[in-house]
Amino acid sequence: MIRDITIGQYYPAESPIHRMDARLKLTITFIFIVTLFFVNTFIGYLFVIASMGLVIKASKVPLKFMLKGLKSIMIIILFTAFINLFMTRGETVLMKVGIFSITMEGVLLAIKMCVRLVLLIIGSSILTLTTTPIQLTDAIEYILKPFKKIGVPAHEIAMMMTIALRFIPTLLDETDKIMKAQQARGADFDTGNLIQKAKALIPILVPLFISAFRRAEELAMAMEARCYHGDEHRTRMNMMKMKGSDYRAAGILVVYAVVIVGLRFVAKAVPFII
Amino acid sequence: MSIKISHLTHVYNEGTAFEKVALNDVNVEIQTGEFIGLIGHTGSGKSTLIQHLNGIISPTQGEILLDNENIHKDKAKLKEVRRRIGLAFQYPEYQLFEMTVYKDVAFGPTNLGWTKEQIHEGVVAALDIVGISPELYEKSPFELSGGQKRRVAIAGVLAMNPEVLILDEPTAGLDPKGRDEILAAIRKLHEERGITVILVSHSMEDVAKLVDRIIVMHRGQVAMTGTPREIFSHPMELEKMGLAAPQVSYVFAQLKERGYDVPTDVYTVEEAKEALLKLVKQVKA
Repeated sequence: MIRDITIGQYYPAESPIHRMDARLKLTITFIFIVTLFFVNTFIGYLFVIASMGLVIKASKVPLKFMLKGLKSIMIIILFTAFINLFMTRGETVLMKVGIFSITMEGVLLAIKMCVRLVLLIIGSSILTLTTTPIQLTDAIEYILKPFKKIGVPAHEIAMMMTIALRFIPTLLDETDKIMKAQQARGADFDTGNLIQKAKALIPILVPLFISAFRRAEELAMAMEARCYHGDEHRTRMNMMKMKGSDYRAAGILVVYAVVIVGLRFVAKAVPFII
Repeated sequence: MSIKISHLTHVYNEGTAFEKVALNDVNVEIQTGEFIGLIGHTGSGKSTLIQHLNGIISPTQGEILLDNENIHKDKAKLKEVRRRIGLAFQYPEYQLFEMTVYKDVAFGPTNLGWTKEQIHEGVVAALDIVGISPELYEKSPFELSGGQKRRVAIAGVLAMNPEVLILDEPTAGLDPKGRDEILAAIRKLHEERGITVILVSHSMEDVAKLVDRIIVMHRGQVAMTGTPREIFSHPMELEKMGLAAPQVSYVFAQLKERGYDVPTDVYTVEEAKEALLKLVKQVKA
């Protein structure tokens, strides 16, 4: 049910992926996402899926956990597939439904787009499942540091993200509790038409918002009571340091990116490998 | 209405790194009209157990029998099970959401599809028993005091006219006055309507004062069950489980140790008063 949402949820395990420097992991994820848009052949996708499979295996996070994140965006994936299927113009028409026609090109594009979306989500899930929110926001702060000169409040952004991530599980628990409490009073969230279902959300959303505001206020108060004042002169408990294995991982990343870009050029030269 | 829990096991997040056995082969029987105290250290499985009783969560193994019928046998009947077994969660005031006190209490009965008259009757009776006066009916529940909010929330469960009422820590975080008001309402309910009450509490004093029978949970299992007198005569075992006997029983254990002739099975303040007066008379004589 509500616990199926894994975005921003850390899965504790002892693995090389977990131990990797968070800055590097963030960079890898970023490069992974960018290079994903270079891939336009099925061979390329096979290569990406195989590499991802290796990383998932190394991370020791059960595949079930990775895939759970997909459930919540299933509708977006289906919608994308649908649009691509009907809106792509091509030469080989397979079927005609009214003004729409399904073409071979459309089918291929739909498959590719869905695979791309799924890979995007799983790729970012790997990052959040293997990195604690604290490490992640520390990494974001570090990477944003150069932009401070042009007025980007790097520390504040990182702090806001830390707090937001920190409260995702709390608010999920809270939602779960409120849902149970209203169910105990005979509330029904599963049956009825769309309007009834939307109305059934009010008894959950009102208490949830009230509690979120209360928590925000309490947190602000607690931070002020401890004289929190942000960026200047703060030291860290855990210094981030690149290890030998991190450099090796960076090397693998370069090879990966070269292969992806290379495959694109090969595909241009030899078009029949789709 | 009798409740029978047989071989109930519940595992959270089965098959993941977060796997946790919350209940392990629990067997409990609760008779009609009983006043049960459910005690146990944090994480002992109390909350998980009570959430099973009205089918909010389903057992991993085992079953819950209501009048000898498995509550999960017929999903369509679950709503009726939830009406018959009222469950007020910890900090129930966090579930308030309506514009007025009256409307919020009416939420449960409305979900059950009652007629307007039935709803009105249920709401007024429930608010009356928790001591909320009619001039507060049209107020926003968020304007009330902490104790009042909680009583309104409990009334929201009572309005459905349950045969069993389960309260999870109904007095947590309240001041003494708020606590006494809630406990008085619960006692009244039990005595006047004769409904079965299951009280989950960390306060041994409250439990000692109110209940007929205590169930002690420890690490997902029922560790002890018996009358308050039986349970509180084993303070050492309770302490091993992170619990304690009521404070007065420690006073009397100390008195006994110092050579005074006092009973050691005293566990309420009223009994303590009687026993101490008797002791004073003895000493004077």
